[in-house]
Amino acid sequence: MAQRPGSAGPRPLRDREAALELADRVVGFARGAEQLEAVVVASEGTEIRAHRGTVEHNVSSSEAAVGVRVVDSGRTGVSWTDVLEDTALEQCVAEARDNSRFSSVDENAGVADPDGVVPTVLERSATGPTDPGVRAKVDLALQIDAGVFGADPRVVGHEGADYLDVSELFAVATTTGIRASSRSSIAQAGTWALASDGDDTASGFGLSFGHRFHEVDPVEVVEEAVRRSTSMLGAVQVPSARMVVVLEPYVTSELLAAVAPMFSGESVLKGRSPYAGRVGEAVAAEGVSLRDDPLDAAAVGAVEVDAEGLATRTVDLISDGVLSGFMHNSYSARCLGTTSTASAVRAGHRGVPGVGPAVLTLAPGTDEPAAILASVDDGLLVTELSGLHSGLNTVSGDLSVGVEGRRIRNGELAEPVREVTIATTVQRLLADVIAIGCDHMRFPWESAGVTLAVAEVTVSGH
Amino acid sequence: MIEQSTVEAALAAGLEGGADFAEVFVEDRRSTSAVLDDGRVEDVASGRDRGAGVRVVVGGTTGFAHTADLSEASLVAAARDAAAGAVGSGNAGAAVELNEVHAPNPNPVSVLPEEVDKAHKVALLGTAEQAARAAGAQISQVSARYSDSRRRILVANTDGVLASDDQVRTTFSVSAVATGDTGMQTGRESIGHTVGFELFDTHDVADLGRRAARRAITKLAARPAPTGQMTVVIGPGGGGVMFHEACGHGLEADLVNKGASVFAGRVGEQVASPLVTLVDDGTVPGEWGSAAIDDEGRPRRSNTLIRDGVLVDYMWDGIRARSEGRESSGNGRRQSYAHLPMVRMTNTYLLGGSTDPDDIVADTPNGVYIAHLGGGQVNTATGDFVFGMTEAYLIENGRITEPIREGNLIGNGPAVLSAIDAVGNDFAMGPPGTCGKDGQGVAVGDGVPTLRAHGLTVGGTAA
Repeated sequence: MAQRPGSAGPRPLRDREAALELADRVVGFARGAEQLEAVVVASEGTEIRAHRGTVEHNVSSSEAAVGVRVVDSGRTGVSWTDVLEDTALEQCVAEARDNSRFSSVDENAGVADPDGVVPTVLERSATGPTDPGVRAKVDLALQIDAGVFGADPRVVGHEGADYLDVSELFAVATTTGIRASSRSSIAQAGTWALASDGDDTASGFGLSFGHRFHEVDPVEVVEEAVRRSTSMLGAVQVPSARMVVVLEPYVTSELLAAVAPMFSGESVLKGRSPYAGRVGEAVAAEGVSLRDDPLDAAAVGAVEVDAEGLATRTVDLISDGVLSGFMHNSYSARCLGTTSTASAVRAGHRGVPGVGPAVLTLAPGTDEPAAILASVDDGLLVTELSGLHSGLNTVSGDLSVGVEGRRIRNGELAEPVREVTIATTVQRLLADVIAIGCDHMRFPWESAGVTLAVAEVTVSGH
Repeated sequence: MIEQSTVEAALAAGLEGGADFAEVFVEDRRSTSAVLDDGRVEDVASGRDRGAGVRVVVGGTTGFAHTADLSEASLVAAARDAAAGAVGSGNAGAAVELNEVHAPNPNPVSVLPEEVDKAHKVALLGTAEQAARAAGAQISQVSARYSDSRRRILVANTDGVLASDDQVRTTFSVSAVATGDTGMQTGRESIGHTVGFELFDTHDVADLGRRAARRAITKLAARPAPTGQMTVVIGPGGGGVMFHEACGHGLEADLVNKGASVFAGRVGEQVASPLVTLVDDGTVPGEWGSAAIDDEGRPRRSNTLIRDGVLVDYMWDGIRARSEGRESSGNGRRQSYAHLPMVRMTNTYLLGGSTDPDDIVADTPNGVYIAHLGGGQVNTATGDFVFGMTEAYLIENGRITEPIREGNLIGNGPAVLSAIDAVGNDFAMGPPGTCGKDGQGVAVGDGVPTLRAHGLTVGGTAA
């Protein structure tokens, strides 16, 4: 967003070099032998919601903040600030330093060390997004709003036609010689349509996204929301049974993002992964390959460097059913005597980096989704999940979630289903995979999806 | 926190283009946290988030912009950005006279977090960890987290409102992993109140650690949870999550107004069993969702949502109340100065009944007893909701018997509320919660007595 003339606020960070210079300034406040890591996160964005011909809200945001990690004699302290003047930055470093006095000594504590891997330049992030201006974004939201209402007489409303975009700059610099930055952007539009058929109400979402505004397709949003909501009209609860469950790519993707901590070196280190100590063992059905692919340039989550500034790379987690390794940041790698896979992640600028994927993905199979459905005599196609955060325990692997979807009978889609759960464990689910679709789909979060058929899943209903 | 003249200048700038309403929200939040994991205090973190958000309303459109710079020039620029987002031709701008809102503070604080040495805060972590590890040889890992925050806010708007609040929250949690022949299981316990460090005068973190550890150990022996619709007895305290999901979100006016709630158009109707009286009360002293004012500067209130099963009213924020020509119920909340307010719950709870909780279990031939709940989720349009059980047992012949593995339960809000047939006399508030809506998290409390419901489907794996 262009800065308004006459605005006297601090100059926004224009580019990666400006963000790096700010990080350098903070690193300059380091004292003696202490290690210091400065991260800079700056973002600008727009958020628009339209409803029944009115623009309900139009939000413009612009923020920049700094996070500091100090490691002194094996003790770690953290602080952050969004005041970017030198006195505030120096104070922030002093606070992190003071905080470090209260943590335990850990010989493995420390910021990342350069590993010599040169970041791959992602084609998509090489240039900044072209911003079409706020009017075009408002029009897009209004187009979705009108489209949903006009599409099908059974569609009676929606919760809001939303457009949002964010462009983010990230930079990190350390006393150990890390100096790295990245730029990312996302534009997306979506809505939840409400369909009604007499007393029955159903809802369904439509979503379209990309790196930039012009990749967002309002027609796709409307069509998907209308299809998903109307296809759920008349949904019923079905009797409990074990059956084949087919997950849509969207559902598979949500599930993958949630199970990611089970493949984190940090979980292994702390005895919280059921896969600890099992590298080389068969943990999934043949044909199941799971990897993090941060360099998948078309994915919104693609990124050149991780949250500690190391060049990202493909990380193989399961190869043809066999556990091949874990994701690591510099700390979990150091503790476990291995090297970082550049899988450090941060939620913004506050706190220490954790471990997680950028684009977690199952290798696509060879089956067409239609052929997978046609091969199922008795099953359930899952189109929506609920309660994933309360229904998945990544330590035990227990999984139990609410679902909506369609029954599959003799290879054909049958009645819509709601108010049922599916339950198994993640360990069993991976072992019970019977078909993997060739329909690799990306989503605006840290995982991609494929159609996935799993045998022997318990469906709980009436 | 900020000069009144700065706020007035921003409000005037917001009205320049002929807006109907302008508001300035200023926030200064300091927070500290410390985490112990794997036997070490990993890091101690603290920071400050300070800034202002300006909202300008023209007709049905809200424009919003925010800044981390509290100078007059920056606030005025944000106000102009917000006004540009809500362009229209409305009233001519006029000078605003601000009148201070005096709302009673439900949360007296004796010990401010900044007055407590960090060493004292960190020491609590070790105490909790040791107690958890001592609870049994099966305990293989423990983590503990301390955090506090002090959030000072000021709200001023062109209705003349000038209100401020000083909100101090302190919370502590312990998570334990137990390892046995059947793999690993987890237990978590947390406390949180809108109070200062005096929280620990009345709450023992060692006890919290022991309870988390015992939960994990108990679950090692858990058998697969059953499947199908069952009678469910929910223990006192945390069961409020069920009401938060089953009807709480569905009673938020922003969703109701769009027809995205099964409770739309049902005020005055019987929507629940006559045993159900549900209240959302942002003034309960010291509770996690309490404060003097909401984030639109209105005094918090106690609002009865359902009385004896009859729907009394929805929850309202300023924008939705204004469009309906009524008063806000004090439920306009936002995560931070960088977010727009919307309708949110505060402390949502079911009033206690008259039945002895032991009798409720004894009168239940078969079912599931849930001692501790996890989070949940709802589709307000269909009313279908889920919530997790993190400690649960079978009820067989009127007795609580074996532990079962965790999982979700699913039900339909109106159906489950109508099928509540016992409410105990043992009301308790539950642990602190964070409610997520449209990407914003806010602190919420809930509470219930023991209660019995039918029509819930247990998402287990047992045949």
